[in-house]
Parts: sequence; structure tokens; C-alpha cells
Amino acid sequence: MMAQVMRRARVARRITDGFRQIEGGVWQGAARVAVLLPLAALLFAVTILVIKARPAIIVNGWGFFTRSGFDLGRSYATTVNHIHGVAVPLGASYGAGSLIIGTLESSAIAVIIALPISIGAAFALTERMPRWVSQPLGFFIELLAGVPSVLFGLWGILTLGPWLAQHVYPTIANNMPNVPVLNFFRGSAGHGEGLLTTGLVLALMIVPIITATTRDLFSQVPPLPKEGGEALGMTDWEVARRVTLPWVRSGIIGATVLGLGRAIGETIAVAMVSGSLLASVAPNAYGTFGTLAAAIVTQLDSASTDGTGFAVSTLAELGLILAVISVAVNLAARLVIKRSARLGAPVGRAA
Amino acid sequence: MSSHALPGTGRRRFVTIGFRVGTYLSLLMIMGPVVWLLAGIVVRAVPHFSWSVLTHPTTGESGGLENAIIGTLLLMAGVLVLAGGIGILAGLHLAEYAKPRKNGKESGSLLRIASDVLSGFPSIVLGYVGYVALVLGLHWNFSLLAAWIILSVMVIPYIAKSTETALRQVPTAYREGAEALGMPPGYALRKVTLKTAAPGIVTGLLLALAIAGGETAPLIYTAGAFADSPVSMSLTHHPVPYLTFLVYGFYTLPENASHYLAYDAGLVLVVLVLVLLVAARLVVNRTQKHSEARRG
Repeated sequence: MMAQVMRRARVARRITDGFRQIEGGVWQGAARVAVLLPLAALLFAVTILVIKARPAIIVNGWGFFTRSGFDLGRSYATTVNHIHGVAVPLGASYGAGSLIIGTLESSAIAVIIALPISIGAAFALTERMPRWVSQPLGFFIELLAGVPSVLFGLWGILTLGPWLAQHVYPTIANNMPNVPVLNFFRGSAGHGEGLLTTGLVLALMIVPIITATTRDLFSQVPPLPKEGGEALGMTDWEVARRVTLPWVRSGIIGATVLGLGRAIGETIAVAMVSGSLLASVAPNAYGTFGTLAAAIVTQLDSASTDGTGFAVSTLAELGLILAVISVAVNLAARLVIKRSARLGAPVGRAA
Repeated sequence: MSSHALPGTGRRRFVTIGFRVGTYLSLLMIMGPVVWLLAGIVVRAVPHFSWSVLTHPTTGESGGLENAIIGTLLLMAGVLVLAGGIGILAGLHLAEYAKPRKNGKESGSLLRIASDVLSGFPSIVLGYVGYVALVLGLHWNFSLLAAWIILSVMVIPYIAKSTETALRQVPTAYREGAEALGMPPGYALRKVTLKTAAPGIVTGLLLALAIAGGETAPLIYTAGAFADSPVSMSLTHHPVPYLTFLVYGFYTLPENASHYLAYDAGLVLVVLVLVLLVAARLVVNRTQKHSEARRG
């Protein structure tokens, strides 16, 4: 009886031992398959986009970038045009010009506002506050990063936008000097949905990304160079400008470009706050406009009514343009980080 | 007059004070809107909130949130399994198996670039691909499976990154100790390396869940845009209701009851995100204590 139990235990032991020996191979094999999946998904997504967008690219031509407006044409008509072998509803005409400009304008505004505020806040959090103050504040900013974008949109369109249009925009619009660049801020103050409100909402959405990264970078700067600067009689602004910021420059650029990428690709909040125009750019900073991402999500319903499928194909072309811009921004960030890490390393920096 | 002892000293003092004020002002310019945003959502929702909202499904353009809450949790559960499994394994590969090549270059750089590019890929474009390839192409229609796959593709790079970081922070001494004790490599990986990195991995998972639960645009293309559809456990051919669409789709409807439902959905979303983030924070804090106790 006893011997039998012992033998069973030995067998069980041998099985677990055997499994432990081959376990490493299982982990490695599974990991190798899993790591290929993002690459496969990326290739799949790009392939689908290109295939779907091909008819639209052929018909819309280069003029797609300069034209503006979405005209589905007579999608219920029985006769369709055939352009270069592609079935297109009579009178259909598409252009992405205003959408591309709107995308770039709104995300540029977001970054211009978010970057200095984020760096300033990161300085306040790391250099000026005891941990028991900065930690809860830091958690608050992390919470901001987790708030769903649809809630940013809801707040932007129901609360922030109307408030700004009533109390802030008219003052700016009436007092801006009529000189180039600044005259963009003159004119009708609008009702709250539009370019500047969208830029502000986007800025708030990317602030957590830049602030959190910058804060972590600042806390990694070793104290000795900073103390050395202070010992030389530098003020804290001079230490910040000549020691801390150069030390972490590439990281901040990387985080900023990540934020820019998020602003370019942000969809639902922009769809709610921008006014979602398809055909025209904002006449001034307070005017309504549209972006690539918002157009893709708002136009799906009407695009599906086009029996030839040309409208859905055009949406794919919008998606392709948006993807190319986002990926280019992303890769540029990698390049910048690499180059500045090589050239801009301050003396004494650990390799 | 000591501040004017050196040329430019007055200007320096002025700039420094400006800098200090500027940093606090920046912090205020972030905190102000954050409080305003969160308070705005809570204040809009609370006056019309009743607990019955949580237990009744959406009917037509009003009713409750029960089906949307279950739908959102179902979406998150699928993402946890699918993206969690794949993302952790991908991070494991990048941290443990992609060894440096002989020429000194890090291997796996193509895979890492692919992961980075995918994480910067606009979610709406992924949603569109899901719509064309899965919803229409494979005739799944708006469905749970299509939404799971697209959401997972979105967050896998994120989970892989946080897993890789967590694994890289495991002290070399732990691995060496395991090897010195004669543990088989795979067993050591599971029992020592992964166990030590677990808190970092779990934190990444929780944040990825928060992202998945708060996503809207790609879901409109894959899970559908039908708020009052019942929750179905079938993987295909049944649209999934979810909270973010209630916010997006209902705040513009004519009836006040619809607006209140949208605000309630916003409140539930904020609570959901808060729970996930606090959980992540607790995991981090707990392990920090743990590791200090070990070292001390």
C-alpha cells in the first residue's frame, strides 16, 4: 500500500519535472508567435486599406488633396459613371483638402498649448513640491489620461465651448490687432464649437501624456549637475534651462510627438466639438471645421447608402492619408529621439 | 540695492520669479479644467440618477444602462483575455528572447517598430479596417468578436510595452539565483522572473482595460451603434451595446430622458475608470512596500 503511494508520487514528480524541463520551449515558442501578431495586424490593416482605397485613389486623383467637399452624387440613380473602370455615382465628387488642413490646424493648436503647460506643471510637480502634495496631483493627471475621449467631447460641447463663446472669445475677437496671423483670432466668436475649442479640448487630452513623461524624466536627472549649477550661482530658471531641459530634451520631444499623434488621430471628441464640417476650413479661430478622423466616423452611415461602394472606398482613402500622417509623425519622433540622444548628450551623461 | 550689484541681476530675478509663477500657473491650468471636467460630468448626472438605471436595459431612447454596462464589461473581459495573453507574450519575447545580435545591434527592432507604429495607428482607421474586413468581409456583422479583435489590436502594443518594461526591471541577481539553484529556464521564468514582474504587468493590463472600456470610435464600426440591443453571448451577428455610445449617440437626441441617460453613462464610465486606476495604483504601492521589505 505504502509502496504504491510512493510509486505514484514518484511518477507524478517525474511528470512535473518533465514539464518543467520543456516549459522553457513552450514559453519561447508562444512568445515568438505572439510578437509577430502586431506586425501581422499592421500589414493586414495597411493591405485592407490600400485594396479598399484603390478605386478611390484612381478616380479622385491628386486633386483629392486640394479639393474640398463630399458630394456622394446621385447614389439612388440607376445610371452610374465608369471612370477608369471604377463605378462612380453620377455627380459624385470628393476632396479632402479642408479635412487635412483641419486635422493639422487643430492638432498644432493642441500641441502649442499643451507643451509649455505640461513642462511647467512637470517642473512644479518635481522641483517645487513635497511628495505628499505632488503624488495626489500626479494621480489626478493620470486619471485625466484615463477619462474616455467621449466625455472630453461631451464636456467640450456642453460646458467649455458655450462658456468660452460667451465669456472669452468675444473679448479676444474684439481686441486682437488686425495684423497677419493674429487676425485669425478676429471676427465672429461663434457658438463654442469650432477650431479653438477643439484645440483646447485636444490639448487637455494630450497634457497627461506629456506631463507624465516629462515628470518621470525630470526625476531621473541626477542631482549633482543641478546642484553644481546652483553652486555656480545659477537661478532655478537657469538650472532648468541649461541643465535639466537639455538633459531630457529628446524624451520631451518624443512625448510631444506622441501627443501630436494622439491629437491627429483623435476621433470622437473632435467629431462632437469641431462641428464636423466636410467642405470648408474654419474662417477664423472660432469657426467650425472638420478633420480626417471625424469625417471617417460621421460619414459611415451616409457612405453605406452609395450602392457602388465608391463612398466607402473614399473613406478608406481618408483613412490611408490619416494613417500615413500618423505613422510619419511616429517615425519622425523615433528619428529625433535617436539623433538628439547621440548629439545632445550633456557632458557626464551616463551612456 | 544688492540685487543690482551685477549687470542683469534685476532681469535675472524677474525672469526667475516669472518662471516660478509660470510653473504653478501651468499646474493650475491643468488642475482647473480637470476638476471642472469631472465635476461637470458628476453634476450633470447626479440630479437625475437613480439606482434603477443600473438594473434596467435601454429601451428605445430612454430606460437604463444595464445592457450597456454588461456589454462594456463583456468587451473588456474579451480584451483582457485576448490582448492580455498576446500582449504579455509579445512583451516577454521583446524582453527575454530578443537577444542582442553579434554586431551589437538589438534584435527584434523590426518587431518593436511594428509595435510602436501600431500603437500610434489611429484607432478609427483600425475600426474601419475591422468594419471592412470582419463586419462586411467575413459577414460577422456588428459583433462581439469583431470588437474584441479590433480593441485587442489597439491595446496589444501597450500591454507588450508595459510587460517589457516590467520584465527589464527584474534584478539580474534574481535570474542568476534561479539559475544557480538549478531551476530549468522555463520554470525559473514562470516562478521567478514573471512573478517578480507581475505587478508591473498587471498595472499595464488595468490601464489597457481602461483604454478599451473608454473607446468609442472603433466600436461604432465594429460593435455597432445600437444602444437598445440586448446583450447576446453569441460571438457574431449580434451588435453589442456599450456605455460610450450612449454618451455619443444620446446627448443630441430630442428628449430630456435621453440626455439624462447619456449623462448617467458618463458618470458610470468615470467611476469605472477611477476603479481601474485606483486598483492599478494599489498594485504599484503594494509591491513598492513589498520590495523595500525584502531589501531591508
